[in-house]
Amino acid sequence: MWLLPAMLILAAIACSIPLSAYFTWLMEGRYRAPRVLKWFEDLVDTGPQDWKQYTIALIVFNIALFIFGFVVLSLQPYAPLNPRGLGWLEPTTIFNTVISFLTNTNLQHYAGETALSNFSQIFFILPNMFLSASVGFCALAAIIRLFRGAEKCGNFFVDMWRVCMYIYVPVALLFGIIFMQQGMPMTYASTEVATTLEQGSMGLDDKGQAKPQTIVVGPVAAVIPIKMLGTNGGGFYGMNSAHPLENPTATTNFFTTLAMMLFPFALVLMYGRMLGRIRHSVVIYGVMLAMMIGLIAWVIRTDTMEPNPGLTAHAATAWQVPSASAPSGKLDVPSPAVAALPVNQHLGNLEGKELRFGTSAGAAFAAITTDVTCGAINAEMDSLNPLSGLSPMIGMWLNCVFGGKGVGMINLLLFLIVGVFLAGQMVGRTPEYLGRKVGAREMKLAMIALLVHPILILGPAGLFAATGWGTTAEANPGAHGFSEIVYQFSSSSANNGSAMDGLGVTYGLNANASPSPEAVPWDIATGLVMLFARYLPIIAPIAMAFSLGRKKVAPVTLGTMSDDTVTFGFLLFGTIAIVGALLFLPVAALGPIAEHLGPIPFGG
Amino acid sequence: MNTAVHRAPAAPAPAINLARRRDLFSSDIAMTALKQSFMMLRPDVQWKNPVMFVVEIGAALTLLYIIQSALGFSSSSVSLTYFIALDIWLWLTVLFANFATAIAEERGKAQAETLRKTRVATPAYRLRANGTTETVSSIALKVGDKVVVEASQVIPGDGDVIEGGAVVNEAAITGESAPVIREAGGDRSGVTGGTTVLSDRIVVRISAGPGESFLDKMIALVEGARRQRTPNEIALTLVLTAFTLIFMIVVVPLWPMATNAEVYMTSYLGLSDQLRSLGTDVPTLIALIVCLIPTTIGALLSAIGIAGMDRALRANIIAKSGKAVEVAGDIDTVLLDKTGTITLGDRHAREFIPLGQVSQLELMYLSALASVSDQTPEGKSIVAAYTQAEGLTAPVAAPEGSVFVPFTAQSRMSGVNLPDDTAIRKGAPDAIVRYVVGLKGVVPRELDGVVAKVGARGATPLVVAQNARVLGVIALEDVLKPGIKERMDQLKLMGLRTVMITGDNPLTAQAIAHEAGIDDFIAEATPEKKLAYLRNEQAQGKLVAMMGDGTNDAPTLAQADVGLAMNSGTQAAKEAGNMVDLDSDPTKLIEVVAIGKQLLMTRGALTTFSIANDVAKYFAIVPAMFAGTLPWLKAIDVMNLHSPTSAILSAVIFNALIIPLLIPIALKGVKYRPLGADSLLRRNLLIWGLGGVIVPFIGIKAIDLVMVALRLVA
Repeated sequence: MWLLPAMLILAAIACSIPLSAYFTWLMEGRYRAPRVLKWFEDLVDTGPQDWKQYTIALIVFNIALFIFGFVVLSLQPYAPLNPRGLGWLEPTTIFNTVISFLTNTNLQHYAGETALSNFSQIFFILPNMFLSASVGFCALAAIIRLFRGAEKCGNFFVDMWRVCMYIYVPVALLFGIIFMQQGMPMTYASTEVATTLEQGSMGLDDKGQAKPQTIVVGPVAAVIPIKMLGTNGGGFYGMNSAHPLENPTATTNFFTTLAMMLFPFALVLMYGRMLGRIRHSVVIYGVMLAMMIGLIAWVIRTDTMEPNPGLTAHAATAWQVPSASAPSGKLDVPSPAVAALPVNQHLGNLEGKELRFGTSAGAAFAAITTDVTCGAINAEMDSLNPLSGLSPMIGMWLNCVFGGKGVGMINLLLFLIVGVFLAGQMVGRTPEYLGRKVGAREMKLAMIALLVHPILILGPAGLFAATGWGTTAEANPGAHGFSEIVYQFSSSSANNGSAMDGLGVTYGLNANASPSPEAVPWDIATGLVMLFARYLPIIAPIAMAFSLGRKKVAPVTLGTMSDDTVTFGFLLFGTIAIVGALLFLPVAALGPIAEHLGPIPFGG
Repeated sequence: MNTAVHRAPAAPAPAINLARRRDLFSSDIAMTALKQSFMMLRPDVQWKNPVMFVVEIGAALTLLYIIQSALGFSSSSVSLTYFIALDIWLWLTVLFANFATAIAEERGKAQAETLRKTRVATPAYRLRANGTTETVSSIALKVGDKVVVEASQVIPGDGDVIEGGAVVNEAAITGESAPVIREAGGDRSGVTGGTTVLSDRIVVRISAGPGESFLDKMIALVEGARRQRTPNEIALTLVLTAFTLIFMIVVVPLWPMATNAEVYMTSYLGLSDQLRSLGTDVPTLIALIVCLIPTTIGALLSAIGIAGMDRALRANIIAKSGKAVEVAGDIDTVLLDKTGTITLGDRHAREFIPLGQVSQLELMYLSALASVSDQTPEGKSIVAAYTQAEGLTAPVAAPEGSVFVPFTAQSRMSGVNLPDDTAIRKGAPDAIVRYVVGLKGVVPRELDGVVAKVGARGATPLVVAQNARVLGVIALEDVLKPGIKERMDQLKLMGLRTVMITGDNPLTAQAIAHEAGIDDFIAEATPEKKLAYLRNEQAQGKLVAMMGDGTNDAPTLAQADVGLAMNSGTQAAKEAGNMVDLDSDPTKLIEVVAIGKQLLMTRGALTTFSIANDVAKYFAIVPAMFAGTLPWLKAIDVMNLHSPTSAILSAVIFNALIIPLLIPIALKGVKYRPLGADSLLRRNLLIWGLGGVIVPFIGIKAIDLVMVALRLVA
């Protein structure tokens, strides 16, 4: 039970050390590229950029990618590699999907196997996964260079090229080979027809013959490595990593889980290496690791080791609410009959788990995938015990428990600046970070970036909870449905992309005769949330780094607060914990906690 | 090297400082502040403090809600008295905040008032062009006017002595009763209005028009009227505003979310009329916003800033801006004058080195004889050394008929001619050598070596000769102020690099610096050298503080990040610095740094406390808000509060009461201890961070218990 998560964490730590050295070597440009690659690198190199040019390049690149994605997805009915003749996705779903993959979110309001042709998988999904994953990486590199006081923060296009070609491509190839060996499909074919072992399990045709099973296949082994490494998370199949072809064996399960942890882990150390403050980054790494271990332990403890309280605990508990209409002034709240069902749960909560991987694999995966904002899943999030569901939500709310590549570290910097600002004054000096004085301008930019996330989660969640958009879409009304709504927006805003499901958000192909009734508002709302949640928290910190980097470096004295001590670690952790709790405690209480404590499991 | 009137070891506290004796809340100050708190309810005044402005709007909205309910236009699941109690406490929150600012201002004003008393109009005798004087009021004096001040007259305004010299009593400003000398030319020409000339006649050129003197500027700063917010304060206000915004973002969506719970539970129970909880109740949501936004620090922020200025003033330092005080906390390097700060200002005979056949005691005796009438500290110390060595009780006396030869700049030696024609001389080595050679005496070969050795360890060699015979060398050494090493160690823990400025040669300077534990020194200091050193430090990103008094210090004072000019110094120096020390005490620089640090620390500590407080309030308010729809959330009410309304009221009352409870800390400042940043951080994180999380749990529970005991809540 604990072996798998322990092995994953140890392996990720072990890999992150050499990887961070490699990243540093690359991003500092100390390598010498082979001739062909060098030629291309010189081609994209438009010279050193200042922070504004870098940001503009980043935005223009993303606009181009948006247009490219929109065109490719719209071409699906006319494009090759579509033997099944799949038509258009519904327009708002295209909007949502394009943004989703552009922003590294990979929230999927469609099921891959029924909605996308291999053309779309190869020319839309694949490039987006590589490129969107590189953007956050580059932004972090730019921020580090600005923190060092550099006027020019590198060249965006060269950075993108380096990250894609020298980091993602080779590592993805390596993982792809492992996955293919383990049986993941890698083909241009679209379907495989199989005779089912059990005669007639697919039903009988007109002639009374047993129907064969049609299995959708494609270049799965090409998509999955970068899906995990780039913390994208958008599955080839709708079932994501719970699908037997997307995650065939326990070995692939281990490596897919490891793959999503590698880069977020390594990037924290790269931050320290590039700044020449390894000890500082080790403290940050330690804080993130402690939070991640806590969140993994929490979800395994409350899910793998506990039964679902909805099925056991509440039948006997009587609750009353005050009501004017009742004669006694109080009204009993009855439990639904399901709460009294005799369900054997001595193995913990097994609902929605992929038991091929062991009982704790799903829970551990759920915590990790949300901490590093990957969003792939190998178990049903909707079926986690209510309290266990808190762990993935907290991962997304904080969005800096390692977080996405680059952006997770950037998010942590926001908390760090707030912590440093408060604590720095407590030692009787103007707050300093990296020896540079933190002033009003830096705080303004940091607070703007910090504000975006809660606004984009709480605002739309409130709106959807009170209107038919949300209440009609949820499969389980009440606290559980509320959790589903909050989860969907948390996932969108954290650019995570996992979903609790249970929400009717899928329209499917444009020709779908009976789509989910509220799919369109969900497509639009989550699409906008993903868009706003992606760029402001990248641009504002770059501006902040520039502003801070311009300042003089004050010498370190005994009066300077050190940023590489255990005390600093506690300060950082305390800031994240308190600010995080203050932002999200009410929704946690209304969703998971209310569901756990209340007598109405599954919404009744 | 300037030679200001260094009144040697700093007096522990100036005696006549009236304001210092005032209590924190003397009743007349409190009454005025109370009145002021109500005046400050005006929205255009509150607007300047975004956090409290939100509270005021919330209180006003609640009032509207109450009126609406009283008229029967809205209904709620709870009684009207709850809303009235809630609103009263919301208004009290605003009033407490106003009171905090008002009391800080009133105290500042009272402090300023005692200074202002010295500024009442006095008659001035203005010098006309033809040399005659005319009597005008001091208020009518303009910059550049020349006035004549004679014994027992009050100097009518700030200025420079341009003619004559006088003994001046500055007690009115500094609280120090010992009179000081002010004379034309040199570095002791600055006089302050309101001080009294005790003797002689001086002509003063007025350098500040009415209402523009340092005191006027300082008074304006403490009164808050013209107080400009410092960069750190601006940044903090920004962060507090952002936090306010964040919490509004958290609370506003709770309304539709609570509606969702109400609608769902109503339909689950199959009821015809909707269940109501406090979660959709506007005043309760307002109460939650008020509890969460950082009202504690928002209320105390201005008070902390004003109190910081006030503390500076209490230390008799006039800061020209709040920023100067704040920057003091960030200082990396302090330039300290050797004399008066590090050493006592005079040299003592530390060692007697006899040469040739002379015995040590003989050398001491003869040196003492030569110094009997030498009233300089050096001379006295030679006599004292001999008396002590011999164990004598009576002072040494020269034989009858001895003639003393005083020190002159030409001879550079002094001594005595005894009745038996013996001449004893002590003086600078080269002077004595010339003297001995002149008498055809022989200079011992080892003299050069001994003199060099004494010089090498930082002492000043004094050679003693009897007629043509060189007796030996006396080593005169600087005497460190008692406890200076400990003081310097403290400064290092505060993160300060100490640099000693001295006119001594590098060897002497190094020896003293080493002994006192000082990091660096500027020997044979000239204003140019000082300026160059300071620029070099600043180029390395360091902030530098220095003290100075002479006109030639002015460029350095202006360049320094904290330039503390002595009040006794010239007008130019006072104009150039950003602070003036009324006591002219060279150790004040250290106090200034501590005041600056304390100001920042108080702000940081109370902000952390304010934010950390919110955790407990959630645990009280969230279950209470949903008691009507999701009663099982009671499980997270770890304080087990009496009822939903008492829980919310307790949180609001705690939130309000904590403000007046923290006013004393805001005014006095969080105690600064030179511990080093890391242990200071650990300490303050525990007290204000962890304490801030725990205290409200206890406080809210206590308030709840009291309200239940008094049967104030249902």
